[in-house]
Amino acid sequence: MSDPNDPMAEIRASFFIECEELLEALQDGLQSLDDGDEDTETINVVFRAVHSIKGGAGAFGLEALVRFAHRFETVLDEVRAGRMTPDADALKIFFQCADHLSDLVRVSRDDGDLPDDKTAELLQHLDDLLGETGAPEEEAEEEIDFQPAVLSLDLDFGDAEDDGDVAELPSLDELPSPLTNTFTIKFRPENDLFDTGNEPFHMLRSLDEMGECKVTCHMDSLPEFADLIPEQSYLYWTVELQSDVDEAEISAAFEFVEGLCTLEISKQASDAVTEYELPDDAATDVDADAGTPEMDQTDAAMPSLPEISEAPAVSEVPDIAESDGSQKEDQVTPTAAEKPASPATPKSPSPAAAAKSVVRVDLDRIERLVNLVGELVINQAMLSQSLESSGLSPHSDAMNGLEEFQRLTRDIQDSVMMIRAQPVKSLFQRMSRIVREASAAVGKDVRLHTEGESTEVDKTVIERLADPLTHMIRNAVDHGLESSADRIAAGKPEEGRVNLTAAHRSGRVVIEVSDDGGGINRPKVLQIAIDKGLIPEDANLSDSEIDNLLFLPGFSTATVVSDLSGRGVGMDVVRTSIQALGGRITITSTPGVGTTFSISLPLTLAVLDGMVVQVADETLVLPLNVVIETLTLTNEDVEMVRPGANVVRVRSGFVPLFDLGQELGYRAPVEDYEGSVVLLIAHEDGSRAALIIDSIQDQRQVVIKGLDDSFYRAPGIAAATILGDGQIALILDTSDIITNAIGAAGSPSAQNLTGLSA
Amino acid sequence: MTLEILAVDDSRTMRDMIRLALLPAGFNVHTADDGMHGIEVLEGIEPDAIITDINMPRLDGFGFIDAVRGQEKHRATPILVLTTEAAPELKARARGAGATGWIVKPFDPSKLIKALQMVAG
Repeated sequence: MSDPNDPMAEIRASFFIECEELLEALQDGLQSLDDGDEDTETINVVFRAVHSIKGGAGAFGLEALVRFAHRFETVLDEVRAGRMTPDADALKIFFQCADHLSDLVRVSRDDGDLPDDKTAELLQHLDDLLGETGAPEEEAEEEIDFQPAVLSLDLDFGDAEDDGDVAELPSLDELPSPLTNTFTIKFRPENDLFDTGNEPFHMLRSLDEMGECKVTCHMDSLPEFADLIPEQSYLYWTVELQSDVDEAEISAAFEFVEGLCTLEISKQASDAVTEYELPDDAATDVDADAGTPEMDQTDAAMPSLPEISEAPAVSEVPDIAESDGSQKEDQVTPTAAEKPASPATPKSPSPAAAAKSVVRVDLDRIERLVNLVGELVINQAMLSQSLESSGLSPHSDAMNGLEEFQRLTRDIQDSVMMIRAQPVKSLFQRMSRIVREASAAVGKDVRLHTEGESTEVDKTVIERLADPLTHMIRNAVDHGLESSADRIAAGKPEEGRVNLTAAHRSGRVVIEVSDDGGGINRPKVLQIAIDKGLIPEDANLSDSEIDNLLFLPGFSTATVVSDLSGRGVGMDVVRTSIQALGGRITITSTPGVGTTFSISLPLTLAVLDGMVVQVADETLVLPLNVVIETLTLTNEDVEMVRPGANVVRVRSGFVPLFDLGQELGYRAPVEDYEGSVVLLIAHEDGSRAALIIDSIQDQRQVVIKGLDDSFYRAPGIAAATILGDGQIALILDTSDIITNAIGAAGSPSAQNLTGLSA
Repeated sequence: MTLEILAVDDSRTMRDMIRLALLPAGFNVHTADDGMHGIEVLEGIEPDAIITDINMPRLDGFGFIDAVRGQEKHRATPILVLTTEAAPELKARARGAGATGWIVKPFDPSKLIKALQMVAG
């Protein structure tokens, strides 16, 4: 199955991808129903999603998946038919079933162990739901008539015999076969038969293919031409068929027109049949007699041959002959069911594989493309620089061409990034599951509201966001929200609320997790931090500094460590993972109203819009989005709060002023501010600062080159880049720099908080 | 003889399966994602037979068959319904809508081909 050239394996892989989409649609639909959507199309979508999963799973013989999906579908069908109202309890079970379905899909895909206990438990719940609506229990127990699609070697009973005969008895056409029966078939189509697009000709022809056939067309009902009604059926046929097929196969040719015609099939038993009905050894005899060298070629047919001997159906044929067509079908089904239920085996790896409307690409290839585009950007920058320094006129063809080149590079880069971008929806859906599980574990009633699911983010970012986000959601449910009793006492609705939102904001993605709980209990947080010796006892911290204590390693606020979030992974780990993504996390909390964690992430991990600046003869790059203003200072603008701590007047307010050169240890503090260039920096958390630099060089896209782990992690340095002239420049993490600077300049106790507000 | 087939199913897996089953047998296969799309695709082609799913968004199988039968030139075009259930009511309903025959999903490719040959030659 893992053969990449195997078309079935390919379809199987694409089936699982489709499953993901269907599961997503399922989640969406259930969510809409949960939100009170009463559109019938919504339940249809939910039903179809489960139905399609079942259909596909059947094709690949994924029995556990089929069974569960089938029962789930049965219940959904009740809802669809309006016989059942999806109340809150039912929806809760539907959500669990959807989660379980997605587990089963994953397990089926990876050939893992089936969670049978859970399956049984949920099926019981589903049955209970059905019970409530008074729907017949048997319906759920309905036999699932699924067979894996077999593309393969198993030959039809009839075919096997045919093949055998051809090989064994080459002169079959001339000799009367000992296995031949003579059937008389009377067939009279009714008008309806033609309305359904059936065609007697094709049926007669398929009879002809079964053996020696003599067809008589009766035209005695045919009226005079003048009386003829064109769409009326007047003709009927009698067919004399000499064939070795059984009766079921003949009636199968008329399967589609059952009830649309008069059909009589009768068999004249010949002596040969008696012979054929001999027990097992008869078949062996046939084989033995037919022991010709040609046998070698019929090896493939051999495994099927024993089926001839177990032909009780044949011996029953005389009974059937008297019955009408409606029973024939019952005969057909068991025959089909006897087929070996082997896993789908392809007939042969056919080169005529299915055409695709979607191309699946290995992530590595995209990665490579992204890197190449990165090189292209650097190369283009180098070219610009050398052309500029060559003193060409800005209106020369070369310069115009360069401009066009720049634009194209940018477009290519955007397009490549688009390939990797994915909506955060799948991530959010996983979180809704986390909320359901977490709230059940701690016995709280919680509802998750999501917003901005279509916000697109780099795939890598999404993947690496799953763990920290899971932890934050669990925290919100476990620690953020109060217990139901406390909520009622506080005059809040019993059902807690967790919001998960995503949005693009000034070139970054901001993801927020907020709850409407009691807010951070600051005195308690402070006490714990002091108790644990994380901060000195006399520490005098602002509210936001206290909130940030949560990010300190080894901090846990729960008095009782719950089995949910108290698993030794603290918010410090969350912060570290976010930082590793080039992101920042901030907390805002209002007592009694709730807590919000806000994650701000770069759209991509590969490029950055940067401002190239010069400080103490060093070239540095700052993320452009943090620079909100540039100023030139005069000495009057600068006020000293106390030695070493200066602020600069910006319009109506004051902003702390730092010398970037000094903060990075390049030089001694600047004494004279006259004429200095400063960048006004603002962060998502609202903090602002002014940084003194020497000059601004450029504003350009830079390709981020991560610093190898073997480098000492220098505070304030996020990554590096290669500039147009081939020079390497460091990319600054302004947030880190400013936090450090404030720490150094602020109260002594605050120094311990270094790096707290990431 | 190359038969031209239109397969309408909202599941990509199913469409792929149909294609995989029919292409090696020399069929020319067109596909559509749902009933509505099926009708659009039908405008440009003259299939010898149509295969359709029942449960589909926008326009389901019954509606699709209805619409196809409503077109004069497709009054007698064979239409096979792909159903997951072999329930007699379903067959009756498909036939009532004008379906020529039915195939129970998941289908055995050789059966599908046989059925197609049975209705379309």
